[in-house]
Amino acid sequence: MITLSNIKFQYPNSDFHLELDQLQFTSGTKTAVIGPSGFGKTTLLNLVSGINIPQEGVVDVGDKQINKLGERERRTFRLLNIGFVFQDFRLLEYLKVSDNILLPFRINKALKIKPGVRDSLNEITASMNIADKLNKYPDKLSQGERQRVAICRALINEPKVILADEPTGNLDPENKQRIMEMLFSYVDKKDSTLITVTHDHELLSGFDRVVDFKELYHK
Amino acid sequence: MLQSIFLAYKYIAFHRGRSLVLIFSIGLIIYLPNGLKKLIEESEKQMISRAEATPLLVGAKGSSTDLVINSLYFQREKTDPISMEVVEAVNATDFGYAIPLATMFSARNFPIVGTDPDYFKFRELRLSAGQWMSFVGDCVIGSEVAERLNIGVGDSLVSSPENLFDLAGVYPLKMSITGVLEPSDTPDDRAIFVDVKTNWVIMGLGHGHQDLTNVMDPTIVLERDSNEVKAGAKLFMYNTISGENMDSFHFHGDMRGYPLSALIFVPWDHKSETLFRGRFEAGEFEEQVIVPKEVVNILLQSIFRIKQIFNTVFVLVGVATILILGLIIALSVRLRKNEIFTMFTIGSSRGKIVEILSFELLMITGTSMIFAAILYSLTGFFVDDFIRNFIL
Repeated sequence: MITLSNIKFQYPNSDFHLELDQLQFTSGTKTAVIGPSGFGKTTLLNLVSGINIPQEGVVDVGDKQINKLGERERRTFRLLNIGFVFQDFRLLEYLKVSDNILLPFRINKALKIKPGVRDSLNEITASMNIADKLNKYPDKLSQGERQRVAICRALINEPKVILADEPTGNLDPENKQRIMEMLFSYVDKKDSTLITVTHDHELLSGFDRVVDFKELYHK
Repeated sequence: MLQSIFLAYKYIAFHRGRSLVLIFSIGLIIYLPNGLKKLIEESEKQMISRAEATPLLVGAKGSSTDLVINSLYFQREKTDPISMEVVEAVNATDFGYAIPLATMFSARNFPIVGTDPDYFKFRELRLSAGQWMSFVGDCVIGSEVAERLNIGVGDSLVSSPENLFDLAGVYPLKMSITGVLEPSDTPDDRAIFVDVKTNWVIMGLGHGHQDLTNVMDPTIVLERDSNEVKAGAKLFMYNTISGENMDSFHFHGDMRGYPLSALIFVPWDHKSETLFRGRFEAGEFEEQVIVPKEVVNILLQSIFRIKQIFNTVFVLVGVATILILGLIIALSVRLRKNEIFTMFTIGSSRGKIVEILSFELLMITGTSMIFAAILYSLTGFFVDDFIRNFIL
């Protein structure tokens, strides 16, 4: 369960502020967050992941109160429990597909590359149909393949929460559908929580719940 | 830490072109002042040791620097000649002994040094192959001449004509190589040694030609009387000296008046040296006597002034490079903002990101230093060329 209560958040030197009375995301559900740009959808993901800390209120993710953790603990929490999928994939151009997927294991001591990790890599890339792309660099892949690599990176350590920020924003309709199906399939299989920010209303039917920020928040 | 090294290496390897440019630039900046310092120090050492090993030089009045450059390093600076009788005159002082030097000619861009056997003893030169020259027309070559021209004992070398249009003057002489010297890391390695008489043959002061005693061809023998035979241009001149034609070689005029470039004077002791120099100061000789070490020291002083200018330039270039490097790092961090933010979002600390970037910098600068060290170690091979091309 993810709960945000009585949240007040403002970026330094900015007029923007986000206020939320109560927002909950139940484990094992797939939630789409919609709303116009600049309404704080991405900020919501940053609050859930502990990248941003609210000035007031509480953010609970599972049994952890994120806003009470120190920076190092939040980082480790993020690494171990949250998988990120970005609109622009955010792959490192100088790493091959396999190294991009294993990036979380290379940037924090909390995750180590043990023998089983390679098996997970093979398994997840096979399930995403990119097993034959492991030795390629991102610039040799199609947009759809790149996003699948990014999803593999997000899921490689089996996170409890997946935060996706416009994951289909750069994809054609066919790939959009495939990517979302892959994410949904993973969530169903692993009983994870998926929060997806999207502008694409065609995709909403696949989600368990839709949160419309236009109705929800006060600006 | 290993993971940071891995990521740093991957970044550098992927951007290998950019990284190589950086490595070469930084490497050169590290190398240049150090390499120049080594070049100058090694050059100084070599030049001083050569000059110190040559007590006195006697030559025609004029530039003492040119005389030293000509006589010690065999660079053909234009100096007036002295005559062979000066050798006799200085030997007659009994303050030491003279070694003649004639450095007027070259063969395939290597200087021909006309001298006598004392030169080899004086310089402690030893043969690695063959034997010392015994006859006019023989030569002993330095180790570098042998290596570069890929020649040795039994081969021959032809002296280069001084002037293609000088039809009446110097004829090329084909010299037989009788010996090759051991390397000495001195200009002697790049010289072709001949007897002074061979030098005079090249000069045209001595020659060999067909026997005119029985020649009746009026186009060859222009005039004949009981004392003298005058021959025309059709007369066949030998351009090589062999067992068959050796007897026909002869010198015209008084050999005491034949030219030399200079002479090395080896005094018996310090007192003899002082007295010998006193003779020159007293005007007993028309020539000048110089102490090569003093001349080389003056020559090197001007080099050191240039070195100081270079050092200042290198410091400024170094500072500019560090600033540019800082700018490159700043721009690189800016360009990699998304990548850094992605790592941070996933769970990396700022410290880890700094660690990765630092390893990249360390690898670039480390490889640059290795590159600079390789260049530095190669610098020793260019000392001789540096002396020849930039100091002399």
